[in-house]
Amino acid sequence: MSWGETIRAAVEAIRANRLRSTLTMLGIVIGISSVILTVGLGEGAQEEVEEQISALGSNLLIVSPGSTTDSAGQRGGFGTASTLTLADAAAMADETVAPDVAAVAPTTTSNASLVVGETNWSTSLVGTTTSWADVRTRDLSAGRFFTQTEVDSAADVAVLGTDTVSELFPTGNPVGQTVRVNGSPLTVIGVLASSGSSASGTSEDDQAVLPISTAQLVTGATGTAVSTVYVEAVDADVLAAAYQEVQALLLTSHGLDAADADFTIATQESLVETANATNETMTVLLAGVAAISLLVGGIGVMNIMLVSVTERIREIGLRKALGATPSAIGRQFLVEASVLGLTGGLVGVAIGAVGSQVLPGLIDQPVSLSPVATAGAIGTALALGIGFGVYPAGRAARLTPIDALRSD
Amino acid sequence: MSGPRPLGQPVIELSEVRKTYRSGSIEFEALRGVDVTIREGEYVAVVGPSGSGKSTLMNLLGCLDTPTSGAYRLAGEDVSTMSETELAEVRNRRIGFVFQQFHLLASKSAWRNVELPLVYAGVPRGERRERASAALTRVGLGDRLENRPGELSGGQQQRVAVARALVTEPSLILADEPTGNLDSSSSADVLALLDELHAAGRTIVLITHDLEVAARAGRNLVIRDGQITDDALVGAGGPR
Repeated sequence: MSWGETIRAAVEAIRANRLRSTLTMLGIVIGISSVILTVGLGEGAQEEVEEQISALGSNLLIVSPGSTTDSAGQRGGFGTASTLTLADAAAMADETVAPDVAAVAPTTTSNASLVVGETNWSTSLVGTTTSWADVRTRDLSAGRFFTQTEVDSAADVAVLGTDTVSELFPTGNPVGQTVRVNGSPLTVIGVLASSGSSASGTSEDDQAVLPISTAQLVTGATGTAVSTVYVEAVDADVLAAAYQEVQALLLTSHGLDAADADFTIATQESLVETANATNETMTVLLAGVAAISLLVGGIGVMNIMLVSVTERIREIGLRKALGATPSAIGRQFLVEASVLGLTGGLVGVAIGAVGSQVLPGLIDQPVSLSPVATAGAIGTALALGIGFGVYPAGRAARLTPIDALRSD
Repeated sequence: MSGPRPLGQPVIELSEVRKTYRSGSIEFEALRGVDVTIREGEYVAVVGPSGSGKSTLMNLLGCLDTPTSGAYRLAGEDVSTMSETELAEVRNRRIGFVFQQFHLLASKSAWRNVELPLVYAGVPRGERRERASAALTRVGLGDRLENRPGELSGGQQQRVAVARALVTEPSLILADEPTGNLDSSSSADVLALLDELHAAGRTIVLITHDLEVAARAGRNLVIRDGQITDDALVGAGGPR
C-alpha cells in the first residue's frame, strides 16, 4: 500500500468519524493556538517595551534615588528615598566635573487634579527645568516650552500632554487658556507632541509639565529633593564615560562608597534588559502552561487511537486477511494519528493567527505572530500525532488476523 | 474410493500437519496429523461438528495461522514456516476469503470493498476500479457498484464478499460457512454462485457444518477430533 493510498485511507477514516475526530483535534487546536498566542503576546510586549525604551534615546542616563538590591539581597527603598537633590543635578550639569554630560533635567513627579471650567482631570504633574524637552526628546505640537526666566520666577505656566489636552479642552486651542492645577490658575503655553505610552506604565501623553519651581508651589512641596534626574550624554559613544562621571560625582558629594550608593543609574540598555527579563519569565511561564495543554491534547490523540484500534479490530483483521502486512496496518494508524495532529495544528495556527489580529483590539496589547513559533507549533502538532500514534499503531499491527476477525 | 481422480496440479498439500494450542500448562491438540491434497478445479467441503478442528484447519488453509508441525504447500509454495509479513503477501496473492459475517467495511461502497485486496497488492487505482466492477458484474451486482453494504440485502452483501474473493484471481477460494448468516433463498443464491465459479474452473474449499451445503461440493472431507475421518467424492462437484 503506497503512502498516497495510506494517507487517503487515513483521511477517509477520520472523516467517517467526524465528531470523534473533531473532539480529538480540539485538544491540539487549543494547545497550539494558546502557544501561538502566548508567545505572540510575550513577543509583542517585548517589542513594545523595546520601542518605548529606545524612544528614550540611546544617550540617556536615568538617575533615581534609592538603591538597587545589595549583596545580601536587601533591597533599598528604590525611588522612594529623597537622596537626590537639585544641587546634585546642578553638579552634573557642571562641564568641568562631568564633561561628557550635555544636559541635565531634574524632575519631580506627583499627582494633581487639573480643572478647566466644569471639567476635572487627575493626572501626573512633572516639575522640571528647561532642558527636559531636549533631554527627553519631546517636541511641541503647539505653543512653546517654558524658559529659564519662567523657571527662575516660578511663573504660572504649564505645558500639557496631548491626552490631557483632549480631556480638558475637547474643543479649541488650549494655548493661552487657563487651567487650575490643585487650585492655582496656570496659563497653558504649549502642548507636547504625542509619544505613545511610557515604559513605566503611565502615559507620557497624559501629564502636565511645569517649571520645577512652579510645581513645588502648586504641590506645596518643600526642600530640594527630586524624583528623577534625566542626564543626556554628549553622544551615545561617551555614555559609559558620562555614567562614570555622574556616579563618581554623586558618590563624592554624598560621601559614600559604591557599595552603599543611595541612587541608581539606569541606561536605555539596562532598562531594556530588565524589561525583557520580566517579559521572558512571563512568556516562558505562559508557554509552559500552553505546552501542558498540548501534551494533554497529544494524550487525547493516543486515547482516541487506542479506542479506534479496539473499535476497528474486525476491520484490522479483515484487512490483514486480505493481505495487509503488519507494517501496512501500523502505518495506517500512525498516519491517521499524524493527520489528526497536523490538522489540529493547522487549525490551531489559523485560530492563533486570527486571535493575534483580534486580541490587540480587545486587550490593548500588541500580539506579534512569529513565523518561528508558528512553524514550531505545526511541527509540534505533527510530532504529537506521530509520537502518541506509535503505541496504538503498534498494537494494531500486532493483532493476529484470527483473533481480530473472531472478535465481536 | 471410486469416480474420476483429480487431474489438476495440487493447490493444497498438507502432510502430517499438527496444531497444538497452549494455554498456560494446558495443551490442546486441535489437529493431529492431517494429510490432504486438493487439486486445481476441485470443489471441496470440509465438514465436521464444532470443536472438531474445522476452524483450525480453515485458519491454516487460509494462511491465517501456521502449523505447529508438518508441512503445508500452497500452490507449490511452502507456507508452513513463513513470517507474518510473508503470509500476508501469500494471502493477498493466493487466497480469496468469504466469511460467514461477510466482513465488509460499512463505510465503503461495494466496489471500494471489492478493490481492497488490490490496494494491498499495489494495483493502480484506475485498474482497481475496472477489476472491481468486473468482479461485481461477475457476481451479478454490476449495477450496485456505489451502494454501501447497508443498502444491500444479506445475499447481496455476501455476493460482494465473493466478488472481493475473486478480484485477485486467487489460486483458492476459501469460504467459511458462507451461508451461515443467510436465509434459505439467499443461501441458494450464494451456493449457486459458488457452483458457477466451480464450473468456471475455480478451486473452492468450503467449510460448513451443514451437510446439505456440503453436498453441493464434489468432495467432502469429514473432520473429527482433529483428524480427517472420511474423504469422499460426492455428487457432481468433482474436478471438471
